[in-house]
Amino acid sequence: MGLTLSFLLVGALTLIAYALAGNMPAVFGIWVPYAASALFLAGIIYRVIDWARSPVPFRITTTCGQAKSLPWIKADRLESPSGLFSAVGRMFFEVLFFRSLFRNSRAEVHAGPKLAYGSSKWLWIFAMMFHWSFLVIFIRHLRFFTEPVPYLVTLAHSLDGIFEIGVPALYLTNLFILAALSYLLVRRIIIPQIRYISLLTDYLPLFMLFGVVISGVIMRYFVKTDVVAAKKLVMSLLLFSPSIPEGLGIAFYIHLFLVCVFFAVFPFSKLSHMAGVFLSPTRNLANTNRVKRHINPWNPKVKVHTYEEWEDEFRDRLKAAGYQLERD
Amino acid sequence: MALKLTHDELMKFDLRPPKKGWMDTKPEFRKGTFCFSGVQKHVEYLEQPNPREWQPYDEDWKLPENWEETIIKGFEDRLSRFRSFKLFMDICVRCGACADKCHYFIGSGDPKNMPVLRAELMRSVYRKRFTAAGKILGKLVGARDIDEAVLREWFYYFYQCTECRRCSVFCPYGIDTAEITMMGREMLNMVGLNINWIIEPASNCFRTGNHLGIQPHTFKDNIEFAVDEIESITGIRVEPTINRKGAEVLFIIPSADIFADPHIFTFYGYLMLFHEIGLDYTFSSYASEGGNFGLFFSHEMVKRLNAKIYAEAKRLGVKYIIGGECGHMWRVMHQYMDTMNGPAETKGDPVSAVTGTRFDHARSTKMVHICEFTSDLIHHKKLKLDPARNDGYRVTFHDSCNPARAMGMLEEPRIVIRNSCHNFFEMPENTIREQTFCCGSGSGLGTDENLEMRMRGGLPRANAVKHVHDRHGVNMLACICAIDKATLPALMDYWVGGVDVCGVHELLGNALVMKGEKERTTNLRGEELSSKEDANA
Repeated sequence: MGLTLSFLLVGALTLIAYALAGNMPAVFGIWVPYAASALFLAGIIYRVIDWARSPVPFRITTTCGQAKSLPWIKADRLESPSGLFSAVGRMFFEVLFFRSLFRNSRAEVHAGPKLAYGSSKWLWIFAMMFHWSFLVIFIRHLRFFTEPVPYLVTLAHSLDGIFEIGVPALYLTNLFILAALSYLLVRRIIIPQIRYISLLTDYLPLFMLFGVVISGVIMRYFVKTDVVAAKKLVMSLLLFSPSIPEGLGIAFYIHLFLVCVFFAVFPFSKLSHMAGVFLSPTRNLANTNRVKRHINPWNPKVKVHTYEEWEDEFRDRLKAAGYQLERD
Repeated sequence: MALKLTHDELMKFDLRPPKKGWMDTKPEFRKGTFCFSGVQKHVEYLEQPNPREWQPYDEDWKLPENWEETIIKGFEDRLSRFRSFKLFMDICVRCGACADKCHYFIGSGDPKNMPVLRAELMRSVYRKRFTAAGKILGKLVGARDIDEAVLREWFYYFYQCTECRRCSVFCPYGIDTAEITMMGREMLNMVGLNINWIIEPASNCFRTGNHLGIQPHTFKDNIEFAVDEIESITGIRVEPTINRKGAEVLFIIPSADIFADPHIFTFYGYLMLFHEIGLDYTFSSYASEGGNFGLFFSHEMVKRLNAKIYAEAKRLGVKYIIGGECGHMWRVMHQYMDTMNGPAETKGDPVSAVTGTRFDHARSTKMVHICEFTSDLIHHKKLKLDPARNDGYRVTFHDSCNPARAMGMLEEPRIVIRNSCHNFFEMPENTIREQTFCCGSGSGLGTDENLEMRMRGGLPRANAVKHVHDRHGVNMLACICAIDKATLPALMDYWVGGVDVCGVHELLGNALVMKGEKERTTNLRGEELSSKEDANA
């Protein structure tokens, strides 16, 4: 149900933009982008603040390697961080290279029963492919947002089209992201367990991104869009003096609308994992539990059974057994 | 007690999930797959909510009238107190990388034993009650309200997770199902849903000082018994003390070590080691338990039970604390104790009087794991060891979940083992160290009525042992956890056969050459040394 419905939803969004954007360019070119940006920014800030408002009462690092203990035992500082520096290192590899996912394995139960564990890197490969392509695409889109265009953006742009296949040059990231999105969608559909746990909210972002990428590809290679006009619109939005330039085709509005919806729901969906991963206590805390006392701001007072109460309760037996007592 | 089902019967399950969605399938409380309820008098003693007689298979769970409100309030409260919980409710992308990492899923095929779905049982309610999308769109976005059927599902599956944290190793966001299970069990406990194998030890521990309810005179007797046994094996009379003020070290063990088989042999090992190096240490019959079954149902109870450790260290005026072989005990000591009941008021720092090593990594908590302590002695060549005495054993090592994934203590026990025996074989790499598989009985689920689930959950561990048993003739499974020692023997008997279970310090005790000892004819178990060797030759 989630699968079909999210496909239909994205189809409906596309149709809405297709049918209405021509007549209401100000809505789709100005107000929707503003609203989406506001929702995205406010939403992400709210999300992070909301998470951060809850304290981290205990240091619950998941250690995935040898801790720093005795000096002659080689510690795995990345997998069991021994301080801030190595915790930052762990997060660096986690966020940029999905180190935990890289560990992924596959367990199989054969007759016997006999268990076998195989390496299973596909999810990691395509997840990397997807996220890095997304990042590069995002960066090269910044050329619409900046004047002059920073070198990094130009570089991303030219590297992405480095093979100069066709005119305009084919972006590698377009291929990669389509391949990765296809993998992520197909595995969700064909692996029974994954399909079983998948919700509408899992399919929807995939279809939205398909829509975004496909409309982008169409604009670049098939229905030529006036790039200068697109930049004019974006810059006018950024300078808060919005105006709709001539020459923006319907493909552009579809692309923009889907992007807007994507970013508008971002903070309120599982997509917020992008921000959340930085706050994950099992990963971002150093394994320094016994070195430095971690403070729990709400550490409660609890009822305990004190030694004195205990001694009173067992006094006769303690005496009979010849224990030394606090009070005789 | 052994499981009557054959291996084939147990493994006859369909890996394909049901046709119906998971919200529409409900667990069946089948005998062998759940634990019995907390007994009223223990619930009362601990002053926990809703004490009564009930069982999970009953029609009527006798819930308090306002139970829904209690659960939702408890939910909200925990979201505001634990960032982990709140974050883990929000950021899962359901990639499924965790699915086949769970021993219960591997051994049962039940999709609700996939960590992701276990968490969704709770996330669905979170969405319904605490997110706008869930309130408006409901089931469409995976939201559903709490009702009694959901509550029963929670009980079934949150007591079918051993909080081993293996899934959290693989999760790209570090989502730790143990956190979710712990919150789930806390909320369940708020309406009087708990299990006796947890509540009774916690109640015993609060009253007497240890899970087994051993009173101080019996505690002493048991130690005396061990002293006699050691004397008959080695000819040496060790002299442990209890509740002695002014000792340098307070030694904390899981109480099973002085009571249960095969734990007791590890206990002999501790006593022999400390005698040999002349450690100035004392036991405490007040703090006679390092384990902490509070961890399995309530953070508050963790603190209540754990408080006695630092209190006793202070009363006795020791310099530091050494802790014995126990898994979840060390999760508490390493990740909770200092925060909850610290700062430690000891008379000194953790420094080995024998080697001079400062245990700097424990400088705040002041508590050192015995494997750390012993591996330091070995490194400084302070022990005379004769590994040949363990030649009858072909040993493998089961990393206990908590020392591995909460402490990162992987090498220390291996150092002790390698120096104590000749024949040591590692299990496959996907099943050891940080990827170690749970015994299937952790977090208070090691009870007989839950035997079927235990054998299912223990399958990955057992299967890895079987691998080295078949390939290398492994006949001894070493571990550093009291629950392991209590539950792995049944697991080995069911799945493998011909493999015993021991503690690391039992192997050390066998190998330890003590000054003035008589020639050893038996190992600590009383098995003839020579005959063992012959059998192996």
